[in-house]
Amino acid sequence: MNLLLVWPILAPMLTAAIIVLSRSDVLRAHWIALAGAAVHLAAAGALLAAVIDRQFIVLWVGNWPAPFGISLVADYFSAVMVLITAVIHSAVTVYARRDIDPVLVRSGCYSFMQIVTAAVSGAFLTGDLFNLYVWFEVMLMASFGLLVMERRVSQLSGAVKYVTINLVATLLFLAAVGLIYGLTGSLNMADLHVKIAQVENPALVTAAAMLLMVAFGIKSALFPLFFWLPAAYPTLPATLAAFFSGLLSKVGVYALIRMFTLVFTADAGFTHTILLVVAGFTMLFGVVSAAAQMEMRRILSFHIISQIGYMVLGLALLTPAAVAGAIIYLLHNILAKANLFLVSGLVRHTAGSFHLEKVGGLYKTHGLIALGFLVSALALAGMPPLSGFWAKLLVIRASLESAHYAMAVLAAAVGLLTLFSMIKIWGEVFWKPFPSDSGQPPDAGTPVSAWMLTPVLTLAGITLLLGIFMDPVIRFAETAAWQLLDPRYYVAAVLGGAP
Amino acid sequence: MEGVLAVLIGLIFAAAVYLMLSGVLMRFVFGFALAGNAVNLLIFTAGRLEHDGPPLIPAAQTALSAPAANALPQALILTAIVIGFALLTFLLALLYRTYAETGTLDTDDDRLIREDDDPAPAAPSSEGGSV
Repeated sequence: MNLLLVWPILAPMLTAAIIVLSRSDVLRAHWIALAGAAVHLAAAGALLAAVIDRQFIVLWVGNWPAPFGISLVADYFSAVMVLITAVIHSAVTVYARRDIDPVLVRSGCYSFMQIVTAAVSGAFLTGDLFNLYVWFEVMLMASFGLLVMERRVSQLSGAVKYVTINLVATLLFLAAVGLIYGLTGSLNMADLHVKIAQVENPALVTAAAMLLMVAFGIKSALFPLFFWLPAAYPTLPATLAAFFSGLLSKVGVYALIRMFTLVFTADAGFTHTILLVVAGFTMLFGVVSAAAQMEMRRILSFHIISQIGYMVLGLALLTPAAVAGAIIYLLHNILAKANLFLVSGLVRHTAGSFHLEKVGGLYKTHGLIALGFLVSALALAGMPPLSGFWAKLLVIRASLESAHYAMAVLAAAVGLLTLFSMIKIWGEVFWKPFPSDSGQPPDAGTPVSAWMLTPVLTLAGITLLLGIFMDPVIRFAETAAWQLLDPRYYVAAVLGGAP
Repeated sequence: MEGVLAVLIGLIFAAAVYLMLSGVLMRFVFGFALAGNAVNLLIFTAGRLEHDGPPLIPAAQTALSAPAANALPQALILTAIVIGFALLTFLLALLYRTYAETGTLDTDDDRLIREDDDPAPAAPSSEGGSV
């Protein structure tokens, strides 16, 4: 039964290997990738069902008892993150059929995507700090490959920034791991929760915590470490931009939430105040920078940064309601943001460009694309009754309850500015008539490939349903937050029942 | 001995940071390699420096009789070296390619900044990479 934990990692890894063998046959490679994504989705679904049933699922790899071997752990939070990863991976794989150039498929694009998925799932499920480092590296290497695949100069220039800053993050992460091991003699996260409290010199713990915070801050694009993201993501094809926006920076947020609820809470007055300030600046800088952009992928990239601020705000407040808000924010944002990138790809395919000045009139010709955009964009901006509204409501209410009024005002204002950006895209892409100097206007008669439209409408549908049936989701997130903030049961599950 | 190594690690880090911040990407490569070694040394030192004997428990005893170096950090370093080597190789290949395309590795050079050169799809409303 505990082997359930292995499948979300193993299935995409195996699929990646199989795709390598048949990557010259573009069609077959896509079918195998789809099958792999479906298996991953099924495994993630089964895992979530099992976790809801049993609270925690722990696998001691090789039957080594907990602090000595590597343990894989699924609690509510990690299981739902694996599921959302699987949803995005499946949607993006379907979409890739028409969006990804056959040349990229032959260079192994699908294999890299499967490896990133495996690594992201591994990072969500591991209960060991060094193992987390290894998954980060696997994810990083595969994402490097995807980033430079088209070999355009803009991609190289974006990749140089992405690679160099992430290498620095890697070193900081590794240094923190070394320090933590030196202090406690353990790398198992549950064991660290116990041992960190016994360290004689708490200042050293805080130093290691800050190293980790900077490392994860780089990976999740927090202020002032976010500059690599808008340089790298907008150079990608829409499929990969959606894939990256949904998974990569969110793993950094997950790692922040995991480490700063389970291990580093002793000096919360210091570390979480820093997170709070950083979250505020991240929200503000992301959204203001987005307002100045005129390219869809660039606007969306800056919004990724701004939205990550909300999640970190939830973590920084460290109350059950706030952490539950952060979890819902993560889920909602992964869905909405990935879908907006997919829509930007549809816009480019139908109207010929990602640039707002060069497109227009899509509302008249392609109503379904407009619908997909509208749902996700309004959810992102936080319009009721969509999922973003509830996520924002929880985070803002939690900041009011902890008397951080400035943060509440900032979060609400950033929501308005997000709406401004989304309305800008809506007006330029869908309502404005097609600019006369941009060649052939989009033709209503041209059908949009169902391979591309279906995932967009499906993700929009999930966003809509998430908003309408929010009550069970909120209750789920509250349980997840409770598990995070009261780690006794997590620790007991990992350390206690050793075989 | 730990003190000497700590100072050495600090010095290597200082040199690495200097190289990384110098603004030429080739120097960043050397800075990264240096910093990687400094981190490995750091982990090594964190696992105690004892060279009197291997960490083996004598027969009929349940604990080590003398302090010994911890073997686990050394295993971690091995993993880190392999990963670091792969990253370094990729970095070199990426920088070579970047130099070949742009003719510069100076971070202040405008040729390195290319916002968007996305080619428009073959014809508007085509289905893109048709299979």
